[in-house]
Amino acid sequence: MNKNLFKYILRLADNSLILGHRLSENCSKGPYLEEDISITNTSLDLLGQAEEFLIYAAEVEGTGRTADDLAYKRPEIEFYNVQLTEQPNCEFAQMMARQFFMDAFNYYLYSALKESSDSTIAAISAKSLKEVTYHLRRSSEWVIRLGDGTPFSKAKMQEAIDDLWRFTSELFEMDEIDEALISEGIAVDLKPIQELWNERVDKILKRATLTRPEDGYHATGSRKGYHTEYLGYILAEMQYLPRAYPTAEW
Amino acid sequence: MVVVKETYRHIWKLFEEIPDPEIPVLSILDLGIVRDISSEGETLVVTITPTYSGCPAMNQFEDDIVAKLKENGIDAIRVNMTYDPPWTTDWISEEARQRLEDYGIAPPIKGTEDKGVLFKEKVNNVRCPVCKSTNTEVISQFGSTACKALYKCEDCLEPFDYFKCI
Repeated sequence: MNKNLFKYILRLADNSLILGHRLSENCSKGPYLEEDISITNTSLDLLGQAEEFLIYAAEVEGTGRTADDLAYKRPEIEFYNVQLTEQPNCEFAQMMARQFFMDAFNYYLYSALKESSDSTIAAISAKSLKEVTYHLRRSSEWVIRLGDGTPFSKAKMQEAIDDLWRFTSELFEMDEIDEALISEGIAVDLKPIQELWNERVDKILKRATLTRPEDGYHATGSRKGYHTEYLGYILAEMQYLPRAYPTAEW
Repeated sequence: MVVVKETYRHIWKLFEEIPDPEIPVLSILDLGIVRDISSEGETLVVTITPTYSGCPAMNQFEDDIVAKLKENGIDAIRVNMTYDPPWTTDWISEEARQRLEDYGIAPPIKGTEDKGVLFKEKVNNVRCPVCKSTNTEVISQFGSTACKALYKCEDCLEPFDYFKCI
């Protein structure tokens, strides 16, 4: 088994799986019908992408574990999603800030990964990119609408951007897995993606009349499986049924 | 049975009878979901591709394909999934587009996959399936299923689904 490749695919899968699950928690709680549908549609796209990556991860691992085993039977320390994706849905503005940061990242990541020398990663990325383009448009619009809205909505949006800022630099962290896979043309260098992300974020924040936060403390650790306290609660809910009833079938 | 080339055409024809569970006026063939039919020894291999990644109809498609083939005496079947090339609305046939419009869903406009520049997304010429006016407005890019957006006609005021382009 190519261990580096396996872990790299899990990172991609887990980002989508955990963010998708977070969004699904808001099903039927949207502020109005169209928005409720948008949240769940986005969630569905992300869960679909996660499944595609997990099927491939299971194949690369080659031990007989399935995509479902990887989603429902792994402990917290074996999840590699960035900590941003697991942050809670406390406010609508927080959800949209989280979504905007991730959508912008995924947009540039998949744009680059669709040229990956690994044909499965390239194909899933090309497909995901089409969906993420819609996601990014929507989350950008919300950042602008709330930021350039009433003094109340602006304060909420700014607070959300400020709160989540410390989780954004983790998106661009690279380690020995990235190095090894970049040299094989499988993974992509995240530095140019960070530049594009910065440009996009600056542009949208400016239109939203919001202020880009100062860089300060930055969260890190997900590359090693370290997470904020929230992931454990997500997994407790998400994995409850398959763990309690291992032979249950859909 | 050994599947020979001549029977492939017959099998493609069978797929015309499998409707999309959400949009029954379209068959899986109209949507371009079936990419290839081949055989490996005794086994018939049907290669399909998902529309949207999370499309909940995909499992249904798989079951329907297997059931339809079994009905027609083909028992050794494997359904393969491919992601390359990624599915696009451009594969929906002209005739199917007409059926979509008659059914009340505005068909995707061809070749507009990259229309998604931020804030320039006003898709021109989405035609109201009821009064055929093109004076329409997007309500939400996300509609009742993963593949649809929600529009409103400014002339007859009817809200309608638009099969969105990817």
